[in-house]
Amino acid sequence: MTHYLFGRFSQALLLLLGVTLITFSLLYVLPADPARQIAGRSATAETVASIRKQLGLDLPFYQQYGRYVSGLVHGDLGRSYAQKTEVAEVVASRLPATLLLLGAAIASELIIGLGIGLFAAAHQGKRSDSAVMLMSFVGVSTPQFVASLVMLYVFAVALDWFPIGGYGEFRHLVLPALTLGVLGAGWYSRMLRSSMIDVLTQDYIRTARAKGASEMRVLLHHALRNALLPVIAMIGIDIGLFMGGAVVVESVFGWPGIGQLAWQATQQVDIPIIMGVTLVAAVGIIMGNLLADLVAPLVDPRIRLY
Amino acid sequence: MNQSQIIILPAKSSYNSTAKFAAALLLLIVIGAVFAPWMTPYAPEKTFFDGLTIEGAPLPPSLKYWFGTDLLGRDLFSRVVFGAQTSLLIGVIANGIALVVGTLVGVFAGFLRGWVGSVLMRFTDLMMCFPALLLAIVLSAIFTPSLWIVAIVIAMVNWVQVARVVYTQTVSLAERGFVEAARSLGATPTHILFRHIVPHLVPALVVYGTLGIATTVLLEATLSFLGIGVQPPTPSWGNIIFENQSYFTTAPWLVFIPGAAIVLLAVCFNVLGDALREALDPTLGARRT
Repeated sequence: MTHYLFGRFSQALLLLLGVTLITFSLLYVLPADPARQIAGRSATAETVASIRKQLGLDLPFYQQYGRYVSGLVHGDLGRSYAQKTEVAEVVASRLPATLLLLGAAIASELIIGLGIGLFAAAHQGKRSDSAVMLMSFVGVSTPQFVASLVMLYVFAVALDWFPIGGYGEFRHLVLPALTLGVLGAGWYSRMLRSSMIDVLTQDYIRTARAKGASEMRVLLHHALRNALLPVIAMIGIDIGLFMGGAVVVESVFGWPGIGQLAWQATQQVDIPIIMGVTLVAAVGIIMGNLLADLVAPLVDPRIRLY
Repeated sequence: MNQSQIIILPAKSSYNSTAKFAAALLLLIVIGAVFAPWMTPYAPEKTFFDGLTIEGAPLPPSLKYWFGTDLLGRDLFSRVVFGAQTSLLIGVIANGIALVVGTLVGVFAGFLRGWVGSVLMRFTDLMMCFPALLLAIVLSAIFTPSLWIVAIVIAMVNWVQVARVVYTQTVSLAERGFVEAARSLGATPTHILFRHIVPHLVPALVVYGTLGIATTVLLEATLSFLGIGVQPPTPSWGNIIFENQSYFTTAPWLVFIPGAAIVLLAVCFNVLGDALREALDPTLGARRT
């Protein structure tokens, strides 16, 4: 157990280190010169050179990378030269909004997706099953921006039930969370359906039915629990995906999370901010996967950590 | 691998008919895109003097302009048809590059193993840690966007998944009895690779080639919507929506029509890919991006 945990954590740490190597290499090869950006257009070549020296940009690759990593360890994500602020501060100020949306989105994905998946699995092979599965195809085939704009038009413009954007109250959260929920439900329902169908062919299900358990009890009590494993892995992936911010949904609904931050930074070609968000997202994905691996044995005791 | 096996769809009839319908629809879209200059009433870049209201707003759908006009008074129908060209072109190029790179990496790592193989696979592990969209945003910020750059950026994001699938398959194939038999008969590694391993990868590649186009189409549309994909005036479904966003509440068709086109194309590729998977190799899974 401790051995497994140790291995799993060190694996995550190694991945993390690799991720920083990639983000740093991308920063390193960028055509934009931070020294030139700070000095401004009219600065002389000497000024730019001295700023470059001051920032350590004249050092060889591995030394710059060392500085970058030690900065990261101390919570320093670099500086945004366009906004003249610390990247870590900006990202941290946006994190609560992203986490709130993350929680609400995953909750609605699960409610909608698992409901549909269970329904489809219970009606496997029937017309209603194919109809529902075709709908889930539409869910996985709709880009976030199209779904956001449709939701916005229907529920905020035409029906005027919710505000078109903003942050602060519950009513602001509904549309962005539902948009992500409806789209993600496409993935969850397909996944739950196929894993339920898998589980339902197993012997213990036949035994349960033979003992006279109602179909409802077989589905919810016997099958669902074992069918949930891939769903948990998917939640782990989702946590990671949404940690990087739902870039499009946040931008369309004016939700001040780190996804919107990344998009705003893209408009200003503010690379340090984009990199900061990317790094947070990568950390999120690694943590999400780790979390899913650790939670899996709690749901299915047959999986042991060792 | 028997050639005819590739096109057999699952026996389940309802599924089969959906997939056939998707294939027929795709054929229509492809024909429309290839013959776009002859299928459209007007040139996609032509702005019409009577294409805007007196106040300068876009026109709703009419007999003259079937899908209405956009913010510059251009015919939306023509732009949407030419947009199909952009989507499919990027879909095929980006996905083609991703398939080739992914297959090379996967086969190389899975067949030759060794330290090069493990380095390659650790690298794909790393790439899986980045959300596709953010990575694409970073890459598009580095390069100046053009149709080719967009395709290459998408390929740089999407090859990873192919590499992982090909790797797993290659590793398990290399341990199968028929490979063992060929080896004991004195076959060279090159012979084994091309005669015994690569042909068995074809089903997975067909499935991923099809599903991957759906992913590519969606990513291209999203990048273009964010303004870092295909640049106007070249019409792409994503940048049509990007350009016309400001008229969204008063002229919703400018968003809904290209939006529906994106969803339709992606659904077709997803349905077809899923049917192919069921027919060829049910063990393959899709990755969420």
